[in-house]
Amino acid sequence: MARQGRSIFALTVPTFLWLTVAVVLPITVMFYFSFLSASPFGTKPASLTLDNYATFFTKDFYSFLAWRSIKLGLLVAALCALIGFPAALVLSHRLSGYWREALLLLVILPFWSNALIRIFAWTMVLREQGLVDQAVHAVLPWAPSVGILYSYPAIVIGLVHSFLPYMILTCYISLQAIDPSLVDAARGLGARDHTILRRIILPLSFPGLAVGAILTFVPVVGAFMEPRILGGRQGITMGTVIEDQFTEVFNWPLGAALSFILLGIVLAILALCYPLLRARFRLG
Amino acid sequence: MKLVASCALSALAAVAVLVGTQTAALHAADGEVRVLNWKGWGTDEPWAIEAFEKETGLKVVHDYITSFPETFTKLRVNPGYYDVVVLNAAFTQQAAAEGLIQPIDTSTIANFGVLFPDLRDSPELNIDGSNFGVVWMWGGTSVSYNTDVFPEPPTSLEVLWDPKYANRVCWRDDAEDSVRFAALATGQDPDKPADMDKIREKLLALKPQIKALWKSGDEWLKLVSAKECDLSTVWTNNTEAAAVQDKLPISFIVAKEGAIAFRDAMSIAKDAPNVKGAEAFINYMVSVPFYQGWVKVGGAPVSANKEAIEQLPESSLTRTVLAAPEALPRLNFKGPLTDEQRQSYLDLWQEVKASFAQ
Repeated sequence: MARQGRSIFALTVPTFLWLTVAVVLPITVMFYFSFLSASPFGTKPASLTLDNYATFFTKDFYSFLAWRSIKLGLLVAALCALIGFPAALVLSHRLSGYWREALLLLVILPFWSNALIRIFAWTMVLREQGLVDQAVHAVLPWAPSVGILYSYPAIVIGLVHSFLPYMILTCYISLQAIDPSLVDAARGLGARDHTILRRIILPLSFPGLAVGAILTFVPVVGAFMEPRILGGRQGITMGTVIEDQFTEVFNWPLGAALSFILLGIVLAILALCYPLLRARFRLG
Repeated sequence: MKLVASCALSALAAVAVLVGTQTAALHAADGEVRVLNWKGWGTDEPWAIEAFEKETGLKVVHDYITSFPETFTKLRVNPGYYDVVVLNAAFTQQAAAEGLIQPIDTSTIANFGVLFPDLRDSPELNIDGSNFGVVWMWGGTSVSYNTDVFPEPPTSLEVLWDPKYANRVCWRDDAEDSVRFAALATGQDPDKPADMDKIREKLLALKPQIKALWKSGDEWLKLVSAKECDLSTVWTNNTEAAAVQDKLPISFIVAKEGAIAFRDAMSIAKDAPNVKGAEAFINYMVSVPFYQGWVKVGGAPVSANKEAIEQLPESSLTRTVLAAPEALPRLNFKGPLTDEQRQSYLDLWQEVKASFAQ
């Protein structure tokens, strides 16, 4: 028993150490900063205050932007699920061998390029006289020009593309784990495809779908690069507002407070979903 | 609990080691000149560094900023680390007052005598008889226009609000410049606008006009190359580079309401480890060969060196539009802003951008 305890200790220490240095320490420091009345490293003496948190409630546009970021997160997560789940289903249940490996590789491939480069690539595809526009005009020369760059749909397209692989991979792993004999048994008992999907495949793969949705929703709520580059005058999000506090005016306390408010909102949403998740994951 | 405590201790030890190596690096600076500047703003031109290093045997090491407030943070947090600091002249007094930069012995700067006297001797750079910054470059932020769309250059800032160019304006995503432009357009002092409500309304009225908001010069160039905009608010040197290097149909104006201008100077950090190296570097940066080299590769603003300007081609936009005698009085050199102004400008600009998205 003691030996097992020691090996568990030895195996987990590097992870805990890394998490402490890379995650817990910076977040603790930022949490502390969010209560300061003046920036750290500044000339003014700083005292503890709640003003930075109060600022969020005194200006209407903060709550508007927070709500906008959350809607964006929900929309992107939903679209990723709609596109990603069928793709994962085909990968896990319809394909095998060489084709499956090749397609999985294609799903993972975007991860190998820099996120910024992918976003700039989208600007070339989506702009007027870009690839989409030219393709449409090759078929329908009389169609009006299609340039959706610098609009809200452009932001959504860029983000869905960025996060789709997470959804496909998490769904794929859940779907892989479903025993094929369950499907055969259902079919043997006369269940049709949509019944099998609804009664067996969806419930059993729900954990993958839920994890994929969380992995998409949480980062999208804080996204700032994609909206700024693709969104034009639609490009402001809670993420860009926080970024500006850090880089433009060096108001770290306000930037930190806004980040923690956003984090609080995200955690509250996840907490609301917890009963549903707990039932599905068979926790507790 | 014990585990957590030991993790925290090891983490602290790791941080201590990191800090230790940083301090060690502090004391090995003899053959180096450490420069703090914007990325891609002249001092880090590879050919220039090569020429300087060859001439002096000193190695140039750069650290970069993304805003002037960041310069202050870096100088405060790393005293005795930097040698040369590029500062907007509007910030020089504040830096000197805080004891972040030191007086410069101008007799060691051989090119000091050929700098434009009114730039060089400005009270912003000379405090109590001591020089705290050698004026280096100046330039403008103004309205650039597509010369195919405008056979005749526009004359007023109002063109940015003209419904004819709805959805054709690429605006620089910067709180301070936005407020300054709106102040000029509403006839107010861009350093101390009296009526902020008027400025808010003027900026809100931009909504139908804006095609894109850009941050870096590279983003702007991509927009203009793709013909996304007929008009932009942008630095004049970027416009000139786009016209000369990229052969785009573009030029800029100094509108009748005025344009925004800046002046950058080079200062020596307090307790700089290599003052002699810093003086040599500043002297090279204000020299004619450096400016000629920068003009050749493109993107150069206007040199403070009189001889360097006289050697620019007659046709250059810098000479014919920006530094033209009739335009000079309409340039509003940026004065210092307080931290409170800066924050209130950012709040206002974010509110305006939020309304663009509504």
